Amino acid sequence: MSNIMMLNFASRLSWGARIGLFCLILFSLAAIFAPFVAPYPQDEILGDVWEPISSNFWLGTDQLGRDILSRLIHGARNTFFIAGAATLLSFFMGTFLGFLAAVSGGRTDQLLSRSNDLMMAIPTLIFALVVLSVLPSSMLVLIVVMGVLDSTRVFRLSRAVAVDIVVMDYVEAARLRGENTLWIIFREILPNALSPLFAEFGLRFAFAVLFLSTLSFLGLGIQPPDADWGSMVKENKDGIVFGIPAALIPAAAIAILTISINLVVDSILSRTSSLKGGR
Amino acid sequence: MPTIASQFLEVQGLQIEASINMPGEESRSITLVDNISFKLEKGKVLGLIGESGAGKSTIGLAALSYGRGGCNITGGKIILEGEDILSLSPAQVRKIRGTRIAYVAQSAAAAFNPAHRIGDQVIEVALEHKLMSKTAALAYAEVLYEKLGLPDPQNFGKRYPHQVSGGQLQRAMTVMALCAKPDLIVFDEPTTALDVTTQIEVLATIKTAIIDTGVAALYITHDLAVVAQVSDHIMVLRQGKMVEYGDTNQIINDATQQYTQELVSVRAMEKPEIADPDSPPILHVKNIDAAYDGVNKILNDVSLHLHRGQTLSIVGESGSGKSTLARVITGLLPQLNGEISFNGQSLSTALRGRSKEQLRSLQMIYQMADVAMNPRHTIGQIIGRPIEFYFGIKGAENRRQTIALLEQIELGEKYFDRYPAELSGGQKQRVCIARALAAKPSLIICDEVTSALDPLVADGILQLLMDLQKKHDIAYLFITHDIDTVRAISDSIAVMYQGSLVRFGKKSNVLTPPFDDYTDMLLASVPKMELGWLERILANRKMQSADN
Repeated sequence: MSNIMMLNFASRLSWGARIGLFCLILFSLAAIFAPFVAPYPQDEILGDVWEPISSNFWLGTDQLGRDILSRLIHGARNTFFIAGAATLLSFFMGTFLGFLAAVSGGRTDQLLSRSNDLMMAIPTLIFALVVLSVLPSSMLVLIVVMGVLDSTRVFRLSRAVAVDIVVMDYVEAARLRGENTLWIIFREILPNALSPLFAEFGLRFAFAVLFLSTLSFLGLGIQPPDADWGSMVKENKDGIVFGIPAALIPAAAIAILTISINLVVDSILSRTSSLKGGR
Repeated sequence: MPTIASQFLEVQGLQIEASINMPGEESRSITLVDNISFKLEKGKVLGLIGESGAGKSTIGLAALSYGRGGCNITGGKIILEGEDILSLSPAQVRKIRGTRIAYVAQSAAAAFNPAHRIGDQVIEVALEHKLMSKTAALAYAEVLYEKLGLPDPQNFGKRYPHQVSGGQLQRAMTVMALCAKPDLIVFDEPTTALDVTTQIEVLATIKTAIIDTGVAALYITHDLAVVAQVSDHIMVLRQGKMVEYGDTNQIINDATQQYTQELVSVRAMEKPEIADPDSPPILHVKNIDAAYDGVNKILNDVSLHLHRGQTLSIVGESGSGKSTLARVITGLLPQLNGEISFNGQSLSTALRGRSKEQLRSLQMIYQMADVAMNPRHTIGQIIGRPIEFYFGIKGAENRRQTIALLEQIELGEKYFDRYPAELSGGQKQRVCIARALAAKPSLIICDEVTSALDPLVADGILQLLMDLQKKHDIAYLFITHDIDTVRAISDSIAVMYQGSLVRFGKKSNVLTPPFDDYTDMLLASVPKMELGWLERILANRKMQSADN
């Protein structure tokens, strides 16, 4: 029964979405089973610096002579988990507060919106640097800082979306019925705001991957010798001057991940919007 | 080019299809307009009439060789003075549009660009096609402003769209269409968005303009009484097919098809007036003042009352404060002064101060059923929620009661899991009625609940409301601008004008002379389903102003 449903589900996806879904599943499997599928440990120096692609090293070696494929697989864990968790956190915070501001209006809206402006006035990177250098370096702190900083953008979007929905008659009908704010946020507004939020999710996830790599490069993200895709690009970027493409491999992985997410998100979007009569 | 003067426009076997692409489904095409043929002579007006989805606007736009997004003209010919305009190249079609065939849209407010002056937009077509010089065009526009009775013709064009009223803007749009001296104008519901008192002026000016300039016109509307005033011939359409085609007199007085007869006799419903009982009224509004900004009063000293199981209609044109009154009564807009008592209790001015019981017994139905229901909730959730919220009933019992309500609104169980988008306009409004009914209210405020619906569908909704009233002893506060509806359903009537109550009382009193000036004008402005009504009213008015 469930097999048939899965098949049915897959057959209704577009080709782009199927490819995207395939890549995402592949990456997640690699991340989950990293120690089993990676041919070598991620931090062992096995060969020469920047060895080309060979049967030993399928994707060559990096600037220290470590196997790039193994580092990619291990790095998928960090990249996936940290960027994903940070994006999820930013969406939970941002959408809830954004919807709350739109629904409450008046002083609550002013307070939330102006605090948000205040946060956005400080450059994200500087803010992150200051906070991360004060707090102990752990994965949890990293996720929370990235999530909170990113939530300011999500807040803006979700408030703007919700402001349009709040004026609809069905929200007014819910208010007249005597429903509380939480019902209005989660049952009336959220289902109608999913489309733009889904689209934004794909985009913000990609930004989170890049932001993580920036932090790693500055020594505040993933600590070496652990790998993540962003820091692998940074580590190997000097090779490009000598015509060595090692940096392009993790960069391509980031690109494929981002594109896959967007393909899947687009497909979900077009499916959900059919409920609204094809809009 | 051969010119056949008698047959200026000829449409032969017009066929229009649209393709539907629902995600996850095979794309399929549906026929919007099926084998429509008609001929139009110069200086004549053909009325296209039908309910929404009848294909009347699609035909009108096809006359400009234009298909809305997704529409394809798949068959037939549209011959304009011997030339099939469907076979023309896009560049040739561009030359025709605006210059030989012009279009007047339903919503002038949406059709004018708010950032440009009216005058510049009116003469744009004439300048774009290099038909006249700018000074000549401006001068001609001025002549037209005057002819269409627009105020201060010399300076009217210098105003921006928001600086004139809706009726004036609609007339300005007619000027825009006339400015390039076209041979054919397509009027697409030009008076539908207007109040009856404004509609009559616009109708009169459109009629004069057509007679004076000798242009041919397609007049599209859903209101048979309106089209009877302006057109020479009428074509009745339904679901893309022609139902009946004949001259106006024959359609109005001697229709052969049953559907046309139904359209002619719509709103024949009658309701005997109920006398006021001795018990105190269920709703008593006392000396209400209200304003959105705290200063400019929208409502001025409004007092009225309504008894259990009766219908009070509030009638007036847009901006008269009827909907504001509803907002005050529901608690969405706190009043500045005055008191509202409901079921013997004084209602708190703010929504938050009202008890759940008070909220339950006062329900509201909206004009636009589309936006009054959450598009992401199923019909079962929409109707079931008040049952759960007010009475704490969940699960199977909730489902049972919801289905019972669905049966009361004549829809039934199969609609339980559907989404609002899958319902027709009339069905949506029925679901909204069921949602209000689910709370077991003693008063329902109906805000223009039938004005977005086709006449026959609206009749069904009114009939349902009346049946439910008898069954559940519900009082209705019925807000509308449609006098026919008021006649059909009310026990009491309140006439509002610019935020004040002009007239209030039982139906028999309010609708019996002597009238005050405003009520008189309002009643006289409602188009009647008879030929020559417009001329008679206008002649009457002229005589009155001559007397004064």
